[in-house]
Amino acid sequence: MNFERVACGFVPLVDCAPLVVARELGFASEEGIDLILESQPSWSAIRDKLAFGDLQAAHMLSVLPVAMSMGLGGIPMRIDALSVLSVNGDVIGVSPQMAARIKGLVPAHSAHRATAVGRALVAAADGRLRVGVPFPFSMHAELLYYWLTALGLEAPRNLDMRTVPPPRMAEAVRDGEIDAFCVGEPWGSVAVDAGDAEIALPGAAIWQFAPEKVLAVRHEWVEDNRDVALRLTRALWRAARWLGESGNRLTVSDLLAQPEYVNRPAELIDRALSGRLVLSERRVPVQIPNFIEFYDRAATFPWRSQAIWIASRWAARAGIDRKDAIARARACYRSDLYREALSSLDADLPGASEKLEGGLESRIAVASSRGEMFLGPDRFFDGAVFDPAEI
Amino acid sequence: MVAAGQWSLVQRGIAAQHDLMNTPMKVAVVEAERDRALMIVDGLREAGDYDVTVIGDASSLERRLAELRPDVVLIDLSDPNRDTLEQLAVASGPTQRPVAMFVDRSDSAITRMAIDAGVSAYVVDGFRKERVKPILDAAIARFQLFTRMRTELEATKSALAERKVIERAKGLLMKAKGLGEEEAYALLRKTAMDQGRKVADVAQSLVTAADLLS
Repeated sequence: MNFERVACGFVPLVDCAPLVVARELGFASEEGIDLILESQPSWSAIRDKLAFGDLQAAHMLSVLPVAMSMGLGGIPMRIDALSVLSVNGDVIGVSPQMAARIKGLVPAHSAHRATAVGRALVAAADGRLRVGVPFPFSMHAELLYYWLTALGLEAPRNLDMRTVPPPRMAEAVRDGEIDAFCVGEPWGSVAVDAGDAEIALPGAAIWQFAPEKVLAVRHEWVEDNRDVALRLTRALWRAARWLGESGNRLTVSDLLAQPEYVNRPAELIDRALSGRLVLSERRVPVQIPNFIEFYDRAATFPWRSQAIWIASRWAARAGIDRKDAIARARACYRSDLYREALSSLDADLPGASEKLEGGLESRIAVASSRGEMFLGPDRFFDGAVFDPAEI
Repeated sequence: MVAAGQWSLVQRGIAAQHDLMNTPMKVAVVEAERDRALMIVDGLREAGDYDVTVIGDASSLERRLAELRPDVVLIDLSDPNRDTLEQLAVASGPTQRPVAMFVDRSDSAITRMAIDAGVSAYVVDGFRKERVKPILDAAIARFQLFTRMRTELEATKSALAERKVIERAKGLLMKAKGLGEEEAYALLRKTAMDQGRKVADVAQSLVTAADLLS
């Protein structure tokens, strides 16, 4: 087998774990891939370098390949998602002052906590709510739009969404630039430990199964390097399966803590991996269900319905043709290649490539190639169900 | 705060005015490192008649840009605040693209040069390319110059540090084995060659060991 060099960009976050594991545990080299991981300072940088061919692959926000394929943002280009790298894993943080106001309004064990916290946030903001997200084309932004507009906040009039680089999130809240933020770990926990913010909600409270990061490549590159793309998909699937074994968690925390990866203490990283988050300074950790998922519940499968959901949200906001947007989105989440890549392995593949989003109340067995697949829960906080066929 | 959308719309009007009236174009340089910022400013002044402003503090980036309403924003490719500029472009209409990201993709030569130099330019759409090119050329030249100077400075520093450690190792050998200076150096060099290492690395091991034993 030819050893193929694949330069892959990543942003130092807990959810770059599958790439780090694929390299460090040898899953990439088993597939004959010399996976070079290059840390990137911003999502703009990762997008540009991928688009201009400096990188062959990238750890990318799940929304970005869809947006780029739809022609949104700085560089319109067909970008494909080969697989999903992580599901969920974001947190909603608020300033300690805002947290105190929310506490006065929300019962501690409210059954509909996302609704209660959202309403309190809207009420507390008293007009225009300023929230920080890492990038305009991100699940962070989608979750906030979905959540707050469903609760009646008028966007964009009363929702001021600002882009703040994750390492600056704590500072932006402290300086009063923003009232709240949605960010990936470890940056929420970093803000909590600094005493600048409290975690009001995990992202999973808004949507229980939100695709967060994907393995992205240029569509053109896939055409020319189909075999490498399949090998890369297999390597990442094996890495995800390894990540899904609970006994490996501490090894992953230690790996990610290295300076060349996330460069933060292993203890801090382990909070996200274990789902045991410290919500406010000097409090005991709380177990968050479904906090982040790398493998279970077919987490790596690039569901076309996920891409369609993203496209229909953006099409509505940007006022562009829905049908065209959805056609492009459907083509960019490559469930076809994913199936081809994993058909030679003992992977369990779902019977369909599109599903209802938000339709599952609890964990349930679904039709799959080996009959061992479980999906759900995947509810939206407001109970809405998204049917890609009805669009 | 002025909404980002307004900022870009106002900008478009201004851009059109510049082309008509030939007033100096406004260039904002986002750069926290003072020396580098000054260097880029000098480069731009040499390249033409531009109205240049430096923004060094990331937390005020949005506000300053809204006030300044520049025609071109220059920023380091690796600056994390690039994502904030991206938002300003999206807010002005995600498909209208009044702010062209990075450099025009159709001009691959200058794009490649800009990437290699580490400069990204956010340029107001509708601007004539020939008016932007001298700005970019000047910025690229300065970014490269700065990178080269920094590399050279680091090389000089590390050469100095190496020489110091070799001097100390020589001293240790001379004292411990009663050798002359040249013999001591010859011994270091022979050991380095035998082990396939650099003289400075062998010297460093010796110095570290001596420190531990002392």
